[in-house]
Amino acid sequence: MLRRTFLASSALAVGFGTALGTAALAQDDPFKAGFIYVGPIGDGGWTYTHNEGRLALEEEFGDGIETVYQESVPEGADAIRAMTQMALSGADIIFATSFGYMDQVLEVAEQFPDVKFEHATGYKQADNVATYSARFYEGRAVQGHIAGSMTDTNIVGYIASYPIPEVIRGINSAYIHATKVNPDVEFRVVWVYTWFDPAKEADAATALIEQGADVILQHTDSTAPLAAAEAAGGVIGFGQASDMAAFKPSPRVSSILDVWGPYYIDRVQAVMDGTWESGDTWHGIGEGMVGIGEITDAVPDEVRQEALALKESIASGEYHPFTGPLNKQDGTPWLAEGETADDGTLLGMNFYVEGLTGDIPE
Amino acid sequence: MAVIALERRPAPSAVWRWATPPLAVLLTMLAGGAMFAALGQDPLIAIRTIFWDPLFAEQFASYARPQLLVKAGPLILIAIGLAMGFRAGVWNIGAEGQYIVGAICGAAAGLALYPADTRLILPLMALAGALGGWAWAMIPALLKTRFGTNEILVSLLLVYVAEQLVAAMALGPLRNPEGGGFPGSRNLARWESSANPELIAGTGMHWGVVTAFIAVIFAYVIFTRHLAGFQIRLMGEAPRAARFGGVRPGRLVILCFGVSGALAGLAGLFEVTGPAGQLNIDFGAGYGFTAIIVAFLGRLHPIGILLAGLLMALTYIGGELAQLMLGLPAAAIQAFQGMLLFFLLGVDVFTNYRLRLGRRRIA
Amino acid sequence: MDLSSINWLLLLASLMVASTPILLAGLGELVVERAGVLNLGVEGMMITGAVCGFAIGFETGSAVWGFAAAAGAGAALSLVFGVLTQVLMSNQVATGLALTLFGLGLSSLIGQGYIGERGVNVPDVPLGPLADLPVIGPILFRHDAVVYLSLLLCLAIWLFLYRSRAGLVLRSVGESAQAAHALGTKVVRIRLTAIAFGGACAGLGGAYISLVRVPQWTDGMTAGAGWIALALVVFASWRPWRLLLGAYLFGGLTVLQLNLQAAGVALPVEYLSMAPYILTILVLVIISSGRGRAALGAPAALGRSFHAAA
Repeated sequence: MLRRTFLASSALAVGFGTALGTAALAQDDPFKAGFIYVGPIGDGGWTYTHNEGRLALEEEFGDGIETVYQESVPEGADAIRAMTQMALSGADIIFATSFGYMDQVLEVAEQFPDVKFEHATGYKQADNVATYSARFYEGRAVQGHIAGSMTDTNIVGYIASYPIPEVIRGINSAYIHATKVNPDVEFRVVWVYTWFDPAKEADAATALIEQGADVILQHTDSTAPLAAAEAAGGVIGFGQASDMAAFKPSPRVSSILDVWGPYYIDRVQAVMDGTWESGDTWHGIGEGMVGIGEITDAVPDEVRQEALALKESIASGEYHPFTGPLNKQDGTPWLAEGETADDGTLLGMNFYVEGLTGDIPE
Repeated sequence: MAVIALERRPAPSAVWRWATPPLAVLLTMLAGGAMFAALGQDPLIAIRTIFWDPLFAEQFASYARPQLLVKAGPLILIAIGLAMGFRAGVWNIGAEGQYIVGAICGAAAGLALYPADTRLILPLMALAGALGGWAWAMIPALLKTRFGTNEILVSLLLVYVAEQLVAAMALGPLRNPEGGGFPGSRNLARWESSANPELIAGTGMHWGVVTAFIAVIFAYVIFTRHLAGFQIRLMGEAPRAARFGGVRPGRLVILCFGVSGALAGLAGLFEVTGPAGQLNIDFGAGYGFTAIIVAFLGRLHPIGILLAGLLMALTYIGGELAQLMLGLPAAAIQAFQGMLLFFLLGVDVFTNYRLRLGRRRIA
Repeated sequence: MDLSSINWLLLLASLMVASTPILLAGLGELVVERAGVLNLGVEGMMITGAVCGFAIGFETGSAVWGFAAAAGAGAALSLVFGVLTQVLMSNQVATGLALTLFGLGLSSLIGQGYIGERGVNVPDVPLGPLADLPVIGPILFRHDAVVYLSLLLCLAIWLFLYRSRAGLVLRSVGESAQAAHALGTKVVRIRLTAIAFGGACAGLGGAYISLVRVPQWTDGMTAGAGWIALALVVFASWRPWRLLLGAYLFGGLTVLQLNLQAAGVALPVEYLSMAPYILTILVLVIISSGRGRAALGAPAALGRSFHAAA
């Protein structure tokens, strides 16, 4: 269906695309990697961590690589242009770090068959388009364990961004592991409908704390909830995306880290070696794409040991955070005893597990 | 005491009207160059990358030139409609909202028929988009004519409402059922019936750009040759005289809002079916606001708006190149654009006023 | 659903904190608009205030210096707008929008070195026994100094506008710059002062976000608060006390919404977020159509350029 609409227009583009591609190859080096970011590097969260990954590339390859980036690129026409100009400027691999770039990545990739594309959190691949994402829910399991063990009020507050599978997966995973250590635990979920609005995140955290939550989990990127937890006193929280070390040892007792560097290094190395292949990568703690930041002394030693053991068993593949028996919220069976969730269900997860209260907004 | 004073010219200076924009660009290059130097860049190279490379650099120009049209198209289309109102003293600053609602209505009309395969769908969507923008603009217009409510404020407030509305749509009724649960509508550019593709390969021309050009020509004819154009100007410059001359202000408000709303709605629809492809949470990327600036930079004149839109697009695309090639942060480009606007708006004073060196009169 | 879990006292206390940034910025813009100037650059001035406040607070270790710097930076930026619109007579709408664009870029440049750093501590004002009063203690007497400053500012602006000669002059400039000029008023000077004051207030409001609410610097952290402040001024029909009420209502709506969610009430959040704006439009319609129109409406000269034809 899409062919007719833009095959005509791409003929020309392919013409100069390949011409330039070869020109870039003729000059040979340095190898060039491009990044497009959906937010500013200074967001301290999602984009910040991808940029850390870019810096890791520079560290690893030194003079052997040149990296370029463009920040705050809106999804849509601007993303197409950003990637095309990167490809024209001789980029050998382009990392597009937002789900919303999906169709644009495919479109540009079609015009530059010699350039490799890596699309974060997407699910559509092509010969020169690979996708990658991180199993953040593994980190959420460890968080849930600490949260369930640490709460005195048995109320855990959860600041959720948008009702999408990624976020729902995190809530479920944290809840399952919190109830394992503390069957009385109750999750209060607040949807803020933003990825990034520090003031609103602070309000959400405050509202949850006022209603008795003494552990705050967040799926938004700013440190505002941690600051609110600190101001309230006696409340703990976790770093999200980046370590948020400034709030150690408490309220920040641990964190989930997005660690993109090793993957980026791998993929760039593969292009350099000519071994790059398209595919779908979904890495977790084991491969190092999801990190668990230092668990501070604010957490009792026993809980810390348990959390680390849980982390190890997930990392080794011995344990899957979604292991049956598990029912859906309405009581219908989902996973039988010992059965683990398949990736397809996880990727499209649109239901709560049994025990969680409230509805996922439509 | 000798002072420098401004004295109103009897008539706006035609020379200055056309001389001020280049002057402003020059001043921006100086001030912006200083900023780039402070950031550790070679100012000459930075300026060249922004203003020259998108147009003439061998490596990029053949791609970047058509992109100028893609970026400038919606800006020009919206600004033309706004200029008509601004000339009449009718202040629609909510084009961003009309742009968004136009896209929502157009996309909804199309998606309701998914996956029908007929060439009629895009025109139908365009109609729905124009109507949506028009209807959204009618709210401030009718409140103005009926209750005398300030249209600047109402149209601005409706932008916020539209932004929430598009988020709700992208997450709710218009969410792609096959989108893996992510927000955002189906990709309209990839559904043949709704796609608004590049019409001639390698030119960047899509229906939105074509419409923008048509709008420029129409506006030029109306402003210079047509009675309505005269009435609009009269209304803006001498409202009382206009009323004596038989102009009905209420109808003019409705007309100006209607036209600008419909054009903004069209711009939104052509964007969502073409370059943007899908309706998303943050679909409104500020075109409606930037178009206000474009309208003023173009001195509310159709040809001026055409040039101003292209200049604005050039700074966007050149700015992106500067990020890419020189590693300049996006923020520096934003600040640079801000400077350009300040200078363009500032030096315009010489069109209507002249500097006079003299003595302050005792009042 | 468990509404009993909402602690209404704490809710009221936190809505005061949540509303302070828009209250401060709104108060500044109110004075500006009363002088007949529409500055749409509030967001740009707020974010510049936020970054300067954070940076100076971080460097000096003093929140007071941080807030002072934020006010100064906001005022300085607003004077760019002031000179353009008042001296060079550029269009206020376009110039205000350009100011926001410029402010967002500038703030991000300034803030590059401060990402991830932790801000200075802003203590609550020790009000001793007052803080221990039942009910009103937790609501009213356990806040930081800026919350009280914003309330004092509200009072001061009310006194200034309605109880002082200077305020009368300012309002007359906003109603008819030409008439005021004919009476010998220095219109441009008054407007520039008002604009600088508005910028300082917006800067303070921004700094309250980066120094107290969050406290951290991240790009674009004001996330549209400046636009809400603009709506708020209209909602308040240009009256300081109504602005206070409106700020608490706007802020309160968000806080209440989040509290209801936390209590397990399912809410159509996106539709609810439209409510303040729709409400403001209704208020606008009412004040512009009602009998008291002349007394309640917008400053007559709002948004119009003024040139003294000597």
